[in-house]
Amino acid sequence: MNKFYMSSLLAIFALALIAWVGAPALPWLFGIVLPYLAVAVFVVGFVRRVMGWSRSAVPFAIPTTGGQQRSLPWIKQAKFDNPSSKTGVFVRMALEILTFRSLFRNTRMKMNEGNRLSYHLEIFLWLGALAFHYAFLVTLLRHMRFFLEPVPGAIQMLEAVDGFFRLEILYDSVQFGLPGVYMSGLVLLAAAAYLFLRRLFIANMRYISLPSDYFPLLLIMGIAFTGILMRYFTKVDIAAIKQLAMGLVTFQPSIPAAISPVFYIHLFFVSVLLAYFPFSKLMHLGGIFLSPTRNMLANTREVRHVNPWNYPVKVHTYEAYENEFREKMVEAGLPVDKMPESAPEEMTEEEKE
Amino acid sequence: MADETPKAEELIQIDHRPPAKQWMDVPVNIRKGMYCYASNPKSVEYLGLPNARPWNPIEEDWKLPENWQQILHEGFKERLEKFRSIKVFMDICVRCGACADKCHFFIGTGDPKNMPVLRAELLRSVYRNDFTLMGKLLGRYAGARPMTIDVLKEWWYYLFQCTECRRCSVFCPYGIDTAEITMFGRELLNLLGLNIDWIATPVANCYRTGNHLGIQPHAFKDMIDFFCDDIEEITGIRVEPNFNQKNADILFITPSGDVFADPGTYTAMGYLLLFHFLKEKYGLNVTWSTYASEGGNFGSFTSHETMKRLNAKMYLEAKRLKPKWILGGECGHMWRVITQYMDTMNGPADFMEAPVNPITGTRFENAKSTKMVHIAEFLADLIKHGKLDLDPSRNDNKIVTFHDSCNPARGMGMLDEPRYVIKSVANHFFEMPANTIREQTFCCGSGSGLNAGENMEERMAGALPRSNAVKYVHEKHGVNMLACVCAIDRAALPAAMDYWVPGVDVTGMTELVANALIMPGEQERTTDLRGEPLPGMEEADE
Repeated sequence: MNKFYMSSLLAIFALALIAWVGAPALPWLFGIVLPYLAVAVFVVGFVRRVMGWSRSAVPFAIPTTGGQQRSLPWIKQAKFDNPSSKTGVFVRMALEILTFRSLFRNTRMKMNEGNRLSYHLEIFLWLGALAFHYAFLVTLLRHMRFFLEPVPGAIQMLEAVDGFFRLEILYDSVQFGLPGVYMSGLVLLAAAAYLFLRRLFIANMRYISLPSDYFPLLLIMGIAFTGILMRYFTKVDIAAIKQLAMGLVTFQPSIPAAISPVFYIHLFFVSVLLAYFPFSKLMHLGGIFLSPTRNMLANTREVRHVNPWNYPVKVHTYEAYENEFREKMVEAGLPVDKMPESAPEEMTEEEKE
Repeated sequence: MADETPKAEELIQIDHRPPAKQWMDVPVNIRKGMYCYASNPKSVEYLGLPNARPWNPIEEDWKLPENWQQILHEGFKERLEKFRSIKVFMDICVRCGACADKCHFFIGTGDPKNMPVLRAELLRSVYRNDFTLMGKLLGRYAGARPMTIDVLKEWWYYLFQCTECRRCSVFCPYGIDTAEITMFGRELLNLLGLNIDWIATPVANCYRTGNHLGIQPHAFKDMIDFFCDDIEEITGIRVEPNFNQKNADILFITPSGDVFADPGTYTAMGYLLLFHFLKEKYGLNVTWSTYASEGGNFGSFTSHETMKRLNAKMYLEAKRLKPKWILGGECGHMWRVITQYMDTMNGPADFMEAPVNPITGTRFENAKSTKMVHIAEFLADLIKHGKLDLDPSRNDNKIVTFHDSCNPARGMGMLDEPRYVIKSVANHFFEMPANTIREQTFCCGSGSGLNAGENMEERMAGALPRSNAVKYVHEKHGVNMLACVCAIDRAALPAAMDYWVPGVDVTGMTELVANALIMPGEQERTTDLRGEPLPGMEEADE
């Protein structure tokens, strides 16, 4: 039994319980105070983190070159993997951020019969990560409908693309309907579950995983799960939720009566995620933009990069070198800057004394 | 030493499954054959680096200064401000595991702390404890642990089981570069005098004599003169290199390893032949320097400051000798330093001209600020313009593959130039599998100052992935010659080949060029630079 993922799991249940018990008694705390606080912590924390990184110097240009350099005109440069122009860096970063290009290279090492090593393309991590992030993004954008009145066309369109299996039968005698199923929520839950399970079941992944790896995944699974629960299984008063959300964004917060506790668990999870974000590995969202191995130009022999804290160091000068070896150099016929005195050096030293 | 190294059949029985205990609970076991001897205090002292004293890694007491924890903490803090890379890399790893099986040391040893992610976690855990709110609040549940003597020993052991090859960094979705973390970690260790001697002594030598091997100027010239004798025997031509000559067209700097030991010496002979050819045919004047007689920079395996102190000689010598620009020989980490550090540290080199090949007129635009051109770029340009007289059939008994050296590949991106050169001078060339070459190339296992004798098990384990790929082309295509553009490769790979793939020799690119190069006025050659018969000349050999 691994206490790292168990502790994370317990933490999630504890958080759910807190919201379940606390929200009906203190709806203004869970519906207004904590969400405000969480957003504030998120914004301030995120900005401070990024500012903290930005304040640190970039003394050297250290791009990891992932392809052919720009050199002779007839040799084809890998313009994006080894970018020597700003456009190249932009494309490299865009590919990295939007398509997880480096992760796409992932291989799995295998020792085969006859002690032969092989490396196979392993796209599941890439696929899982991509599905997870894009599903998260779409879900997030979809939720903007709660914060905007009227709901912009772009978000309605996104919902239409994201949703499928909408079924409505409306007669006087029969009224039957299923809300549209949103792929994003389901994919988010499934992808997060996959990322969680690979940490549990791949031995080396379990070995490197920390509670801070399990916790956010479980938390996001909790968010997705409560969201799906509300949408498809338990009845929640969407109009009341929208009223609450609009109250929050217009800074006229109010608590509409009778919102399901499941909603408060959902909201509390989101609040915890926001507040936790700046202090966690989730900051890779901001950090990837500042990674010097990816965001720097690989034209380091062409343009000099300046180190803001470059300082003079002690070096062994040619003069000191020649002073030590002058006799031997002259004897070997090597040119010297200063010819030795006609008398041997030891003599002159003695004379000086 | 070598006798105690396990046999290849034993070493390849690798278990990649981690232990049951959490990694923080698995104590470090500094094992013979897997570490290099401690730095010689004389070398540390010569450089004026801290805490010079004799010490032994396998003894309990490492003779650390009283306040060593404070020194480390403050050193860490200072560098978080000085290196954004470190600060970002400490914070954003999500432990996705993509890097895990990309490391040659993990593949070769199965030791989970050789997964790049865990190597970095060794440092991150202390960072979280000392510098983050979560670490302070949650301790181990946030992956934090305090710095103890055992943690320090673990740092030392695993930071010297990384060759700074950057392969993991290619696969990391955030570009987290273990080389950067290892360089930083070693820099911290050096604050306590915890270097290995295979690095510390070459650094001290280089500082004093101009090269890692401590060859003094007259001896350096002698050694090159020996090569001239050998060349005369093989080609009938007496080449006459220049040393420390002012106002030459080009200053040439290459690793001293190639002056010292086979098979690098044949590459050095190759340089001599090439420069003689260019002088005879085109009047190009190249000079060697005894003061800057080292291209490599073991200072870069010590600290950024030491790197700068050693690297300074290149520009200082160029300033004194006034060549138009500098030509650099075949070396791996030397080119990482030249490409990504030299100009920043010791530039601008505004006392030289933007490099132009006087024979072809080609402007090396990509080197116009550093003023330093790689010999593969230079050769590729000469060959493309038909300026070399070549007879590739002289290399016909060599079935060649090319090993991309880590630093030219991932710290520079010089991939196609050496291939073009080699294919122009050798008719039989086969690539190793795609996942083991170019930017995905595997390290020789001995980079970053780890090519000592006492850590042979470590080196051979690290060389497994590279060797395994060579074995594949050896069996499939009969490859018998592993070409490279790195002096450490030439020092390290022969041992790895003997161990894992007997029957494959190691060569430098320029050696192959010089074999094929038809020198004006040469006698009929019967042997290559190694004294081995040329194809069809097996009988002619006396």
